[in-house]
Amino acid sequence: MGALLVGLYVFVLAIFVGFEIITKIPPTLHTPLMSGANAISGITLVGSIATATSGETKVSTILGLIAIIFATINVVGGFLVTNRMLGMFGGRLKR
Amino acid sequence: MTDPLHSVVVPLLYLLSAVLFIFGLKGLTGVRTAQRGNLLAALAMLLAVVTTLIDLGIVDYRWIAGGLIVGGAVGAIAALKVEMTAMPQMVALFNGFGGGASALVAGSILWGQILEPGQTGTAAALLGADSALTAFLSILIGAVTLSGSLIAFLKLQGTISGQPVLLPARHVINSLFALGCLAAGVYLAFFATATGELALVAIVLGVASLLLGILFVIPVGGADMPVIISFLNSLSGVAASMTGFVLGNNLLIISGALVGASGLILTQIMCVAMNRSLANVFFSGFGGETAAADSGEYTNVRSYSPEEAAMVLETAESVVMVPGYGLAVAQAQHIARELGDLLEKRGAKVTYAIHPVAGRMPGHMNVLLAEADVDYEKLVEMDAINPEFRTTDAVLVVGANDVVNPAAENEPGSPIAGMPVLQVYNARTVMVIKRSLSPGFAGIKNSLFENDNTMMVFGDAKKILQELVNEVKSITAAA
Repeated sequence: MGALLVGLYVFVLAIFVGFEIITKIPPTLHTPLMSGANAISGITLVGSIATATSGETKVSTILGLIAIIFATINVVGGFLVTNRMLGMFGGRLKR
Repeated sequence: MTDPLHSVVVPLLYLLSAVLFIFGLKGLTGVRTAQRGNLLAALAMLLAVVTTLIDLGIVDYRWIAGGLIVGGAVGAIAALKVEMTAMPQMVALFNGFGGGASALVAGSILWGQILEPGQTGTAAALLGADSALTAFLSILIGAVTLSGSLIAFLKLQGTISGQPVLLPARHVINSLFALGCLAAGVYLAFFATATGELALVAIVLGVASLLLGILFVIPVGGADMPVIISFLNSLSGVAASMTGFVLGNNLLIISGALVGASGLILTQIMCVAMNRSLANVFFSGFGGETAAADSGEYTNVRSYSPEEAAMVLETAESVVMVPGYGLAVAQAQHIARELGDLLEKRGAKVTYAIHPVAGRMPGHMNVLLAEADVDYEKLVEMDAINPEFRTTDAVLVVGANDVVNPAAENEPGSPIAGMPVLQVYNARTVMVIKRSLSPGFAGIKNSLFENDNTMMVFGDAKKILQELVNEVKSITAAA
């Protein structure tokens, strides 16, 4: 079985996992779920790091550098903003 | 790759990271576990980054460190400074950056592995057909996500009009662009051989994909934004998955697929809430063609002062507030809560009715009211609150319009026909706080405003609510 097929198996199964865990989401959490999931999609950061490993100034490393910046904004901003929102929900729980 | 560090330890750490992402997402589906879920996901991300650095070994870290510092600082400042009312555009912007990063990674691989080493041959021959194909999909989907999200951001920010922009023959143009992107992508992956040609096709593909994203989102109006943001969120996940295919990295494939699935579920929920298909949202240019026929002059509209409205509120035993996008625009969430608390102190039962597509993103109203310290158990979903309106004394509609329009139920020709709405007209008195009689996003008349039991209170939501608070307080003091 080729790498593409293995990847496809993983992809399809992960989609089902995603559907299973998220189907019963209460509307109250739609926004935090979206922004949290959004931060997870910044996982492409892992890919971008691997493309900027040379110190030379080449097209590939410049593209990689911009990719790292974009992905890090997505990851750091996404998780922080989600945490901020959830903190407001949490405030009500403690009372 | 025979040493155990790279062949065993790194993949296992990635697997651990994927499992943590799944637990994190699972946590995000419950109010009590959500914050922990988010932290788990953040931890998973940190683990993934550290694992990648371990995998790389000794390399030149200057670009990596610089990118992480710049991106981290920008992201952190944006996340900590943003107003809760601006959350929809912030989420859209972050999302766009994620999609853009995926496209850039694929571009970087094309340059780093084919063009810069001076290789000749097709991308499919040099990288393998699967990597070549997914690299093109990664560029296409990532670039569409980037430019689409930026347009959504600009519309939500108010920099460009939130109204649908309808180009003539836009279906033809969009279809041609989509086909053109696919053709360029296939050519890039399987046919382009000379290095100059490959670079040119890659650039053309990137630019055309960016234009495609713009063309897809400009016909979509403000009130359809919850659908579009959810869908773009899903796309950014799929783009990350495609990048995972290119790199042969299962962690990216899994995480991207999880995000793709969650975005699709939200998209589906939003579509059901509007009784429209995804295709209809993208292609109808809502409020365009049909609106003119349905708009009409208002007759029998009665305008009241805040003082008169306060007298009704003061005697009401049950009050339901219906917040809409106007509440967010006026930043009136805190004063709305103050009024709610005040009425509650006087013995009234106060709840907040939340329409699934109220606002500009899924759950927008819930976040705003949470910021204003409203107990989330007082927020009632549409299906639960609709039977309650018959026994409700007073409904206070603040900045909502289409989600309370009875035309959705009784005018089959209406553009919003069939959309489930909050049946506020069943309440004894309906108070509508609105700037003017201008139509809502759908550009259609709202017959609710002409009902005999409707009181219109014209003005800025925040100002009117403040006056209502003052009036109720003075009535209390006088009693």
